[in-house]
Amino acid sequence: MPKDGGIGASPKRREDIRFLTGEGVYTDDIQLQGQCFAYFVRSTVAHGTIGTIDTAATEAMPGVLAVFTGEDFKDVGGNPAGWLINSRDGTPMREPKRPVLAHGKVRHVGDAYAAVIAETYAQAKDAAEQLAADSEIEDLPAIVDMAAAVANADNRVHDEIPDNLCFDWGWVEDNRAAVDEAIKNAPHVTTLELVNNRLVPNAMEPRASIGEYFPGTGDYKLTTTSQNPHLHRLLISAFVMGIPENKLTVVAPDVGGGFGSKIYHYGEEALVLAAAKKLKRPVRWTAERSESFLTDAHGRDHVTKIELACEEDGTFIAFRTETLANVGAYLSNFATATPTFLHGTLMAGPYKVPNVYVNLKTVFTNTAPVDAYRGAGRPEATYSLERVIDKMCRELELDPFEVRRKNFITPDMFPYTTPVGLVYDTGDYNATLDKAMEMADVDGFEDRRAESAARGKLRGMGLSTWIEACGIAPSNLVGVLGSRVGLYDAATVRVNATGNISVMTGAHSHGQGHETVFPQIVAEKLGIDPASVEIVHGDTSKIPFGMGSYGSRSLAVAGSAMNNAVDKIIAKGKKIAAHMLEASEDDITFEDGNFAVAGTDKSLSFGEVAFSAYVPHNYPLETLEPGLEETSFYDPGNFTYPAGAYLCEVEVCPETGKVDVVAFYCADDFGNVMNPLIVEGQVHGGVGQGIGQALCEQTTYDADGQLLSASYMDYAMPRADDVPFYQVDYSCNTPCTHNPLGVKGCGEAGAIGSPPAVINAVVDALNSGGFTHITHIDMPVTPSRVWTAMQAQ
Amino acid sequence: MSKVTITVNGREMSGEAEGRTLLVSFLREALGLTGTHVGCDTSQCGACVVHVDGKAVKSCTMLAMEAEGAEVTTVEGMADADGSLGVIQQAFQDHHGLQCGFCTPGMVMSTAALLKDNPTPSEAEIRAYLDGNICRCTGYHNIVRAVMAASGQDVSGLGVVAAE
Ligand code: FES
Ligand code: FES
Repeated sequence: MPKDGGIGASPKRREDIRFLTGEGVYTDDIQLQGQCFAYFVRSTVAHGTIGTIDTAATEAMPGVLAVFTGEDFKDVGGNPAGWLINSRDGTPMREPKRPVLAHGKVRHVGDAYAAVIAETYAQAKDAAEQLAADSEIEDLPAIVDMAAAVANADNRVHDEIPDNLCFDWGWVEDNRAAVDEAIKNAPHVTTLELVNNRLVPNAMEPRASIGEYFPGTGDYKLTTTSQNPHLHRLLISAFVMGIPENKLTVVAPDVGGGFGSKIYHYGEEALVLAAAKKLKRPVRWTAERSESFLTDAHGRDHVTKIELACEEDGTFIAFRTETLANVGAYLSNFATATPTFLHGTLMAGPYKVPNVYVNLKTVFTNTAPVDAYRGAGRPEATYSLERVIDKMCRELELDPFEVRRKNFITPDMFPYTTPVGLVYDTGDYNATLDKAMEMADVDGFEDRRAESAARGKLRGMGLSTWIEACGIAPSNLVGVLGSRVGLYDAATVRVNATGNISVMTGAHSHGQGHETVFPQIVAEKLGIDPASVEIVHGDTSKIPFGMGSYGSRSLAVAGSAMNNAVDKIIAKGKKIAAHMLEASEDDITFEDGNFAVAGTDKSLSFGEVAFSAYVPHNYPLETLEPGLEETSFYDPGNFTYPAGAYLCEVEVCPETGKVDVVAFYCADDFGNVMNPLIVEGQVHGGVGQGIGQALCEQTTYDADGQLLSASYMDYAMPRADDVPFYQVDYSCNTPCTHNPLGVKGCGEAGAIGSPPAVINAVVDALNSGGFTHITHIDMPVTPSRVWTAMQAQ
Repeated sequence: MSKVTITVNGREMSGEAEGRTLLVSFLREALGLTGTHVGCDTSQCGACVVHVDGKAVKSCTMLAMEAEGAEVTTVEGMADADGSLGVIQQAFQDHHGLQCGFCTPGMVMSTAALLKDNPTPSEAEIRAYLDGNICRCTGYHNIVRAVMAASGQDVSGLGVVAAE
């Protein structure tokens, strides 16, 4: 055991010191000798034909070094979609090419069709304005509304895709007939049409990239805001630019939040590399916030009809959904996986519903690409389910707590195969529900409601019992499901000669605190001081090939790889110790940082064994290599299945329609918890984003495809006074059965479970106030929406 | 371009600035003080908050030239003389008031300004004051808790505190 700070401890975060003193190094903080600046010329129309781009005046402007247009990249590869999805009829999805810079047509406001490189940022920006003025873009009608996009065969985002459909997916297609039949014959069917509002991830650090080229060696280096530097390198090398992987280093230094938006490769990254090669100078670009709004991959944007068939007592018989999912103008890297295998597969929730069918049409529009944003598909599934269940309870006058309990999969049923293709390994949904109800003092709710009423406020309580699949994933399973990559991760544990340790991990930390929590695990296993363990991440020249951090996978996948690499270190250490102690390897034990011969007082410290590995004077060189460094690649046997119960209390002002979230309770099952402080922070952050989605965040394009919410003045981010203190519990743990740490992942939970709890609470409040005509209200529940709904009585 | 001289964190520093150069760009690019961040282009996010002559200012709303001769404090100047974390910084670490760290310099500087005027703000006062600082990571819970702790208030029951 480490003296302190091992598994389950909450040491002070190491990374905090540099962030709190201004010593963090984010991409835009890096200044390089000879650097120059890129500025992108972006479409101001949603859809248009690119005519002549006259670069002459721009090239003559002060400081201008180079001008690039789409023509320059016409022949390089496109930025690919990472998952191949087939339509119900078996035909593969439509995959239009996503170029580095648009050529031929621009397809959304913000679509970059040219770039200017200049000595200073201001010169690049001034010159880009000139180039925009000298570019002919002929306006075409914009395709914004999804239903219209599918219906209108003449107006196409991509000329080769007649109905603007990427695919029409059925999950599971074999369930379709049985589900239709069950719904036809069910004693009760509740139907709900809802919108999962489009969001902008809004990591506080805007995307930024620096390209470098070293003519002496032909090497390239990209420093960029990435959640997964190896994935960026692979995409740039194998698909977009053809730079051999061994000639390209991708570094993601300190990254100021990602939430999905920094998983993907974007054209700006390719451009700065190409420009660096051409100019033989470092070329840098940092997004202005308005560019982030226009070009970062957005999230959600589903329009769904869900039907729930049940018995009169609330026992579920079947769920059926029809969804239109927006992918925007181009396929971002995970765009086709997010609405399908991260959404359709979760549509059974934590419930023993006999049958489920999901139909999902994915639609191209003249809007920014849409992809995974914290939760990615799972919030959409949870929201549809938890809202329709709530509506059903209201229609049948059933208790929402009891209905959940009646339908929960119970612990005796695991492993449990759902009708939508997942095998849940473990969970205890009643336990988290009990815990949430206890935390929230559900019995005292009527008193609190009366107290709110005395102040003229309508109080409501909303429940959401959520489940997700994360820790993605088994590569062979995701391969069958259409993934074009493996989803393992890797770690190298290097024991240095003096016994301290460097761990190179494929995971990337952009707020999650890996530099603190990963050493806790290594130290616990080796019985050493966590301070002697250092985490190296974010640099492809230093770390093994791993898939990075998203989908709550860092601990479950990369952490497991690290665990297994440490096991290899211990196994090798036993061999070395056996030789040194002149004992049989089978008799060597490893405990509390010591290798010992069982039943004797002969032992060696971990440091002594490490030293011997590097100074192998008394060492079994005939049978064992010197050195103490091990790598493990870990490919999980299954997804992990965190789950929980969230309860929200709101107050609604009947005069203005303003909603205040006054209390929020989370009871989660994340499996084993490595660091409670960090787990709590992850839940808080997710819930904050979920409340933002429910209350205020809304990405709005007008009918011409202009983004009306392209700044913090127009897009309402949740602020400190929009949210309460949250109560968080993670004691109802059922450890994951198939990874060595028993962990499930906690990064997305809050964003998945919270939106339906908020909306269920709002509907409850309004109904309690006599507004019984309100059965649903779409997010975000702004005062104007609530007020308008109340007036419709 | 003309020369601008300011006193930053107690040290006189000079650099070149155009008429349109913002104070935040001047600090970051001319003076190399990259602790102050830029999170938006509409003066909404607060990542750039510094103190100018004792007042909290969004340094993206001020021209470098307007700061000529001023006393500026940035997050780099918030540690104690011996280099250890100041009270506010320490409270943020103890209470996990930061994740990715990008909003953090602004949060620390806004908190310092708040506590100067209001040494023991209520939860509601803290939330109202920090309205001009956006954080996407923390859901604000631990930021508000850290501000309360920094002002000596009891924050027990609001979550785990980092161990020594
Ligand atoms: S950068 Fe100054 S407020 Fe956002
Ligand atoms: S800690 Fe990441 S934005 Fe606040």
